[in-house]
Amino acid sequence: MQKTIAITLRILLHAGALSPLLLLIWDFTQGGLTANPIREIQLRTGRYTLLLLTLTLACTPVYNFTGFRQALALRRPMGLYAFAYASLHLLNLVGLDYGFDFALLWEDIAEKRYIIAGFAAFLILLALAVTSTKGWVRRLGRNWQRLHWLIYVAGILAVLHYLWQIKIAISAPFIYGIIVLVLLLLRVPAVSRVTMKYFKRKEGR
Amino acid sequence: MGEGENLMGKIHSHEITPEHIYFSRRKFIAGMGALVAGTILSSACRPQKITPEGTGFCAGAAASASTDELGAKLTPCNDVINYNNFYEFSFDKEDVGDAAKNFKTSPWTVTVGGMVNKPRTFDIDELVRRFSPEERIYRMRCVEAWSMVIPWLGFPLGKLLKEVEPQSRAKYVRFETLYNPEQMPGQKIDLLAWPYVEGLRLDEAMYNLTILSTGLYGKPLPAQNGAPVRLVLPWKYGFKNIKSIVKIDLVEEMPVSTWAVAQPQEYGFYANVNPEVDHPRWSQASERRIGELARAKTLMLNGYGNEVAQLYTGMDLTKFY
Repeated sequence: MQKTIAITLRILLHAGALSPLLLLIWDFTQGGLTANPIREIQLRTGRYTLLLLTLTLACTPVYNFTGFRQALALRRPMGLYAFAYASLHLLNLVGLDYGFDFALLWEDIAEKRYIIAGFAAFLILLALAVTSTKGWVRRLGRNWQRLHWLIYVAGILAVLHYLWQIKIAISAPFIYGIIVLVLLLLRVPAVSRVTMKYFKRKEGR
Repeated sequence: MGEGENLMGKIHSHEITPEHIYFSRRKFIAGMGALVAGTILSSACRPQKITPEGTGFCAGAAASASTDELGAKLTPCNDVINYNNFYEFSFDKEDVGDAAKNFKTSPWTVTVGGMVNKPRTFDIDELVRRFSPEERIYRMRCVEAWSMVIPWLGFPLGKLLKEVEPQSRAKYVRFETLYNPEQMPGQKIDLLAWPYVEGLRLDEAMYNLTILSTGLYGKPLPAQNGAPVRLVLPWKYGFKNIKSIVKIDLVEEMPVSTWAVAQPQEYGFYANVNPEVDHPRWSQASERRIGELARAKTLMLNGYGNEVAQLYTGMDLTKFY
């Protein structure tokens, strides 16, 4: 049973994470990416990154509250998918949008706060992706856990990156912001002690 | 993983998952599945909004030239009518055309008043008859760092203003879009102060490049592009080009435009295209021409400096942005 759940989850995860990419490629070939395809690619990859990042952050609380152990196994692949979409997001900006013209890129956006937040989030995801292997877990020991706490910083920076770009107060970045903050709050030891006690009592454990 | 490990360390018989938790796991898995399916479906089932070139509005689209005076190619008609910022209808540029397809532009009147000797209400048909619109191929630079080259049909606003005879006290012109939340659903959402308001200095309004447009690509304006009559000023950012105008007033005080109310530190009254005045979100130094891949440098006053720079002599354009 456990194994079936694990396999099902894996399949769902890969299908869910890869289908937006396949759709993006499909739309690209069909001319379905609006009159401004570069912007559409930028928006979509950004959205998927934030969604995957938020789902990654939700895994541990889901496990804590439900005891659903399989959720923990989803963190690494989901985090890596978030990093993959973040890479596409950055590559689209630098490569397609700016044609690797770093001088123009620098002149245009280097000092914009949303770019600084977004790039910092990317660097964190890069570091976490590189150190996500078993070898690095062993090598870093206790520090691995400390380093990987940075995913919350990445989440907050990603929300700011989104928030600082909107023209009018659309709700999406605020909703993501609230979700990320709640997920972070649930990991604060004092809060998690209380909430977990409550859940355990409810479960009659 | 720390807390989790302790929690699951020893399993006693009474710790075996109770039924409701077991079901909540199922729900979690089902939720993941739904999320996956939802992502796929919501994207796949979205109607394709791209009309093939030469159908619908763009059938028989006509322009007298294929480039502007600088040699920049006209933006394809389909892109011009399928990529619109018109928040009265939708916040999504690709949805505007669809959301505006039943917009009623007839009957339509434009009331010209304020500090004028001969205030008048013009019927839209009369405006078109009287001022016989001519083609103007203009670059349009959106503040969001994209741009188009559009063959408008229009007539100089100055001609209309002369008819109503501005009084000497009048210093500015104030424009207003239709307010009709039933027809313009975006106006039910309080994110901007409706109706949309824009303003110009009287000399800018009287300047020959400033037109009231009633058409594009040889045809009457589609709703999503601001039917039946809109302002076009090629040296200013796109948001100055107020759409679906019902009211024009000559006033003494500088009007406060809608975007300046929303974000005064970002959107000034003049909104002249200026690569040297930065914006917190978008590059104003370069732009993406819709339909082209490479970025182009943004030109001072959108390349109309030879004509309009004289309107701003002695003004610090980094201060009066």
